[in-house]
Amino acid sequence: MEDMIIPDITKAIQRTGYETAVVSGQVKPVPKISVRNLNFFYDRCQALIDNTIDIAEKKVTAIIGPSGCGKSTHIRVYNRIFELYRGQRAIGEVILDGRNILEPSVELIELRRKVGMIFQKPTPFPMSIFDNVAYGIQLHYQVSRNELAERVEQALKAAVLWEEVKDILQNPGMALSGGQQQRLCIARAISIEPEVILMDEPTSAIDPVATAKIEELIESLKLRYTIVIVTHNMQQAARISDYTAFFYEGRIIEFGTTSQIFTNPSKKQTEDYITGRFG
Amino acid sequence: MRLRRTMYRKILNQTVNLTALLSACIGLFFLAWIIVEVMKRGITAFNIDFFTKLPTPPGVEGGGVANAFIGTLVITVISTLIGVPVGILSGVYLSEFGGKSLLGKSVRFTLNVIMGIPSIIVGMFVYTLIVIPIGHFSGFAGSVALAIIIVPVVARTTEDMLNLVPPSLRESALALGAPHWKTTISILFRAAKSGMITGILLATARISGETAPLLFTALNSPYWPSSINQPTANLTVTIFNYAMSPFAEWQQAAWGASLLIMATVLATTLTARYIARESTSWKT
Amino acid sequence: MTKKNIGAHALADRLFRFVTGTAAALAFVIIAGIFVELVRNSSLSLREFGFEFLYSLEWNPVKQTFGAVSSIYGTLVSTCIAMIIAVPMSLVIALFLAELAHPTLSQVVGYGIELLAAIPSIIYGMWGLFVFAPFMADHVEAPLEQWLGFLPIFRGPPMGIGMLTAGIILALMILPFVSAFMRDVFNMVPGVVKEAGYGMGATTWEVTAQVIIPYGIKGLVGASFIGLGRALGETMAVTFVIGNSHSVSASLFHAGNSIASTLANEFTEASEPLYLHALVELGLILFIITLAIQIIAQLWLRRLGKSIGGGL
Repeated sequence: MEDMIIPDITKAIQRTGYETAVVSGQVKPVPKISVRNLNFFYDRCQALIDNTIDIAEKKVTAIIGPSGCGKSTHIRVYNRIFELYRGQRAIGEVILDGRNILEPSVELIELRRKVGMIFQKPTPFPMSIFDNVAYGIQLHYQVSRNELAERVEQALKAAVLWEEVKDILQNPGMALSGGQQQRLCIARAISIEPEVILMDEPTSAIDPVATAKIEELIESLKLRYTIVIVTHNMQQAARISDYTAFFYEGRIIEFGTTSQIFTNPSKKQTEDYITGRFG
Repeated sequence: MRLRRTMYRKILNQTVNLTALLSACIGLFFLAWIIVEVMKRGITAFNIDFFTKLPTPPGVEGGGVANAFIGTLVITVISTLIGVPVGILSGVYLSEFGGKSLLGKSVRFTLNVIMGIPSIIVGMFVYTLIVIPIGHFSGFAGSVALAIIIVPVVARTTEDMLNLVPPSLRESALALGAPHWKTTISILFRAAKSGMITGILLATARISGETAPLLFTALNSPYWPSSINQPTANLTVTIFNYAMSPFAEWQQAAWGASLLIMATVLATTLTARYIARESTSWKT
Repeated sequence: MTKKNIGAHALADRLFRFVTGTAAALAFVIIAGIFVELVRNSSLSLREFGFEFLYSLEWNPVKQTFGAVSSIYGTLVSTCIAMIIAVPMSLVIALFLAELAHPTLSQVVGYGIELLAAIPSIIYGMWGLFVFAPFMADHVEAPLEQWLGFLPIFRGPPMGIGMLTAGIILALMILPFVSAFMRDVFNMVPGVVKEAGYGMGATTWEVTAQVIIPYGIKGLVGASFIGLGRALGETMAVTFVIGNSHSVSASLFHAGNSIASTLANEFTEASEPLYLHALVELGLILFIITLAIQIIAQLWLRRLGKSIGGGL
């Protein structure tokens, strides 16, 4: 592995206390989501082939791979958002808290409260900043006016947005900058007490300064939530994730701790992608 | 020799350009001619009586079209109350559920076909459907006829506007756990609000100027509109009746009513277009 | 925080889908309903006259014999005149709006042309009867009769009211629709296709005639169909200026009637059931004609939608 272009993995290596233990088999990470033999179809076309993976609880798992390899498709199974579209089907097991969420008997709305999603393009609702965050709370909970205001403030603080918007809560959410909008979406997602947060390339439409803020935010969020982040930015994956899965053409080629994937990948394909030989 | 060919081509090109400009001018000329004539002749009919009094027999002074004005208002409002919700619901179905399914495509096709049916046929349909069984003409029947005309227009507008909303907005509301109906009403409608309102305003303006559907449904009446279950006075049929009459005062009144209708319809149309232009700010 | 009971949501969503689906399905009910009612209420006439209705020139409410020929003839001729005038004019206006004019000018002029569509049909009727018809009589038909009166279409007293005037007003009414549609077709042609033409040194007209029009021909034809459908069904403007005469004449100056104008003029007068049924039968014929045109237009345009990328 000479002449490898090593992305910024120094931060990754610093986290390795726990991870070395994991890699060496001393500690087993607690899986929050267990995926077994997940296959996904867009009409006749198979987009995911036999995906099997464990998402560790309260850790950041990054999903990397070239465009069109199924990364987004994969996480979109976790909250069954694909069911919005005819012809899209998922077959297999995705076990969250002991239940296969793909079973029809699962309460979809509760699933989506537990598993939140942040999209690539920030999606503030066409309403005020306050109402954006309050929307989810009022959807799922009975709250008094005071409690609502409190919860909104808490969520905005957790998303590191409170200081910037506390005086303009009635302004439209769409009037914020791109980075602020994305943090608003994060505040909205965490306001309903999820357990997992899915992020589909959350910073690819955002400027670098705002991106850094969001990455910092993710670092703090993982203390309370399990985070799965799809990213085509390898440096980002190396910076913020604990585990990394490498996808290629619908399959999971390799999965392991981030430091292992980036410094010592066991599959040649992984190494080729990481060193930029294709992608 | 090559030079002449180029010159010929240039001349042909210039001729076409001129024809195009001329044609556009002709179109605008007719627009101006119509508007000016209606204004010229209609304004002579405008006086207090015109706006406040019932029609009087020809030869008697002081008649007006106040009842017809109110009647048109009432009939238009009721038809929008009937037709707009049905149209919006249809549009929601096409955009949120129907989409590419066979049912959705057939509905869309059928709605487009309905839009092309002559409005007098719609009037005739409502005549056979409502007027004959009930036994008499009514403003309500007129409203139903206008409602049938407005449904496909509102459905198409609603579907188009909802389809413009980015899928990620829809998905992020659903991903938050919002049920589909709530997503549609509180998020999607809000996002598509200005487009939908514009469409509805334009459609309302259009049906308020319709005559044929009312000819054998609402008919007309020389009295104040007292019940929607009776023939109801309205401006458009009044114009038709008066214009076809041999009486000069009635013809003048017809012009006045024409100006009234034209002004209202054009004003509403321009307002709707203005709203549409101004409210594209949220679409960053 | 206390959680809400979300069990009802699945039911609410199913209800939502059902209600919106029902509203959408009303479209089928309406079309079927119209057909059924028209047939039901023309049964007397259908039985009495059979196919003779379609080729009988008679229209006699006193004798109770009716035939559709004069109405069908008037409908077709006035529509024909309208199409002959409006389609080429719309083409060049669309060309003007899409290619020739400065963008701001194009927007303003386009706006004005669109306003023509917003004017209610009865206003066209009023203006047509009291302003345009006299103008036509004095300044168009009189000279035409004088100079070209040997042609059968220009024979007869120049009254102003008649087929020609009706046709011209119809043309004016469908102009905004057809030209707007054609302008959109022109705008849909990809820039690279046009650039390929200009790049070879072609003039604007040459690019239009040899590149743009062939590329967008399907859409242009579709636009014409739309205009055709509208012209066939137009009622009030035609009623005012076509003269309400149940005769057929080769002369364009002559009065006539269209199906729609006959319905507008005579429906409320029809006291006898047979008379009424004959009128409804006229309406049925018009319905079938416009339905056929609409279906053809929709299918045609559907194919256009699928092949937007490959006009050639």
